Amino acid sequence: MNLEKVFFAFFIVLALTLNFGFFVGGMDNPNHHNVYELYAALVVSLIATVMKFGDRAHIGAVLLATSLVADLQLIAATIVWTLSVHASDAGMTPMVLSSVVSLSGGALLANITSVVILVTETVMFRR
Amino acid sequence: MNKLLYLLLQRMRLPLIVVILVYAISILGLALIPGVDDQGNTWHMSIFHAFYFVSFMGSTIGFGEIPYPFTDPQRLWTTLAMYMTVISWLYAIGSLFGLLKDPAFKRIVAFTKFTRDIRNIREPFYLICGLGDAGHLVIRELAAHNILCVIIDRDDSKIQLLRLEDQSVVVPGISGDVTNTSTLLAAGLQKPECQGVVALTGNDQVNMTIAITSKLLVPGLPVICRAESHDSQDNIASFGTDYIINPFDSFAKRFSMMFQSPSMYLVYEWMTSTHESPLSDFTVPPRGTWVLCGYGRFGKAVRESLSFKGIQSIVIEADIAKTGAPEGTIEGRGTEAFTLYEAGIEQAVGLIAGTDDDANNLSIIMTALKLNPDLFIVARQNLSTNDTLFAAADIDITMQTGRLIGQRVVDMITTPLLTDFLRMARDQNESWANMLVSRVVGVLDKPPESWVMTISPQQTPAVMELLNSDCPVTLGNLLTDPRDITVALPCVVLYLKHADNNEILLPGNETRLQTGDQLLFCGQADAETHMRWSTRNLHALSYNCSGHDAPSGSLWRWLEARKQRRRDT
Repeated sequence: MNLEKVFFAFFIVLALTLNFGFFVGGMDNPNHHNVYELYAALVVSLIATVMKFGDRAHIGAVLLATSLVADLQLIAATIVWTLSVHASDAGMTPMVLSSVVSLSGGALLANITSVVILVTETVMFRR
Repeated sequence: MNKLLYLLLQRMRLPLIVVILVYAISILGLALIPGVDDQGNTWHMSIFHAFYFVSFMGSTIGFGEIPYPFTDPQRLWTTLAMYMTVISWLYAIGSLFGLLKDPAFKRIVAFTKFTRDIRNIREPFYLICGLGDAGHLVIRELAAHNILCVIIDRDDSKIQLLRLEDQSVVVPGISGDVTNTSTLLAAGLQKPECQGVVALTGNDQVNMTIAITSKLLVPGLPVICRAESHDSQDNIASFGTDYIINPFDSFAKRFSMMFQSPSMYLVYEWMTSTHESPLSDFTVPPRGTWVLCGYGRFGKAVRESLSFKGIQSIVIEADIAKTGAPEGTIEGRGTEAFTLYEAGIEQAVGLIAGTDDDANNLSIIMTALKLNPDLFIVARQNLSTNDTLFAAADIDITMQTGRLIGQRVVDMITTPLLTDFLRMARDQNESWANMLVSRVVGVLDKPPESWVMTISPQQTPAVMELLNSDCPVTLGNLLTDPRDITVALPCVVLYLKHADNNEILLPGNETRLQTGDQLLFCGQADAETHMRWSTRNLHALSYNCSGHDAPSGSLWRWLEARKQRRRDT
């Protein structure tokens, strides 16, 4: 029972689940997308990225890459949300919300890839 | 570069995670806890505002409680967040600095930078292994000749000190295990720009490892090796090392040359010394019985050379059994007066202080001089840091191992024909040497500079042009002063090697030059300048050859040709 591996897998899967939780729902319905979930998804995604540092194998590099993609998309989503609410007069319009949700959808795909790679790696080292 | 980045990222994982977690919790708390605005209404900080607040709180800037003063629950949470974020920041930055100062990390940084510098070298360079006295001298002299060196040494502090020295040329250096092949490869052993490997460490076994690595990986690369024992010398020579320098043998041979053929010794010294002493400063050591203190490798080599010339020596040695000293050796260090008395210092004509400890050598010399002030003193100096001491003592000949080796290496690298010339010169007799000495003395009154010239399109384009147009060029033409055809340049041609390896010692002025000839000259430094000028400038050279100025420029040449044709008809 390797505790490090538990944490590693835990954070990766948590990042995926939070991301999915934020994404699911009507694309322009603000009732379906909670800002705190986006916040949690971003934080856990960052933590998962940091956990993937330092692995020199090829598969580790690809894992890190997918994580960085997810971070990028989620940060972009956060910026769009923040700017629209705080920096513009129109506030949160359906169009802006759709942009945020689609960006988080992109991050979701990256997280799915990440989890698939993790599962593949685990299956390869059947122990 | 990749290795550095990976190391950095790996060590920073935990600090970064702590920072992210702490920030996330603080932001979340601030966003959830309700505040009160200036009208008394409940108001929630958005995540964005919370992020802004925690940012300037964590970096200890602290703009204030904006936009409205905090309620007490908010203040409570802020206090907690304040301590957590500041400490986590300090932890992260502290880890980063700790990593940057880690000696292993710094070594990797230095090695990466070194490898990159070596990869970017585009000019010819020599790879020097070992930064002792010999290494320092080689670097200094080669830098004066504008030849790049790369240095490897086991000791990191020596490499650092090298960086502090005031060098006109930057010498890339690395500390590492010089017997490790990857270190040699990283230092550019297999680069085409590498002109040779010089193994100058104090350990014969290490030198041999370097030589064998070089010969195996780059067979055609010249290797110059330092060897201090005969076993190592034979071993290293067996796989084809180009030059082996045994400082003790080298000195002993030269020293014994002084007795029988002082002119030959003078020739050797001029060609290979650092030209500091004037020509007249030279006394022949007296024949008679010599006292030799210290029967190590130095003592053995000197005694053998002296007995070869028929000179007796009495040995004083502290450990007779270990060094295998001959019959009649006095046991002792020679630093005490009674040991010297026993060896017969009062009847001796000369003293050789040859132990491996400088303080002992100086003590022997001072004691001996008190007993017999007319002694001819030869001293072995081990460390170059004792230069001032040995200069202050009344010594006739000092041999400093590192300096001798370094000088030989520099000569081999800068004047490669020198070894060939000295080899041929050694076979000549004393009257030949006398003749050469008188010729050189007739040219200048201080030790001569020596230089090499190859007849090739790169070095002597004017000569090549004349040779290609079937106009003969003799050595005498080269030796004429281009400023005045009746005057010869103040230099002597020592040695000529044709392209087919045919060698001529002291060629005459009528010798015709051919493509690929290599010439060794010695003389005044400005003679070299004038000679190089005439070998590069066609008009100077043809003036030297024919004695009149040929017209340059196509117009004048056409006019001249017309005049010639009219004269012929």
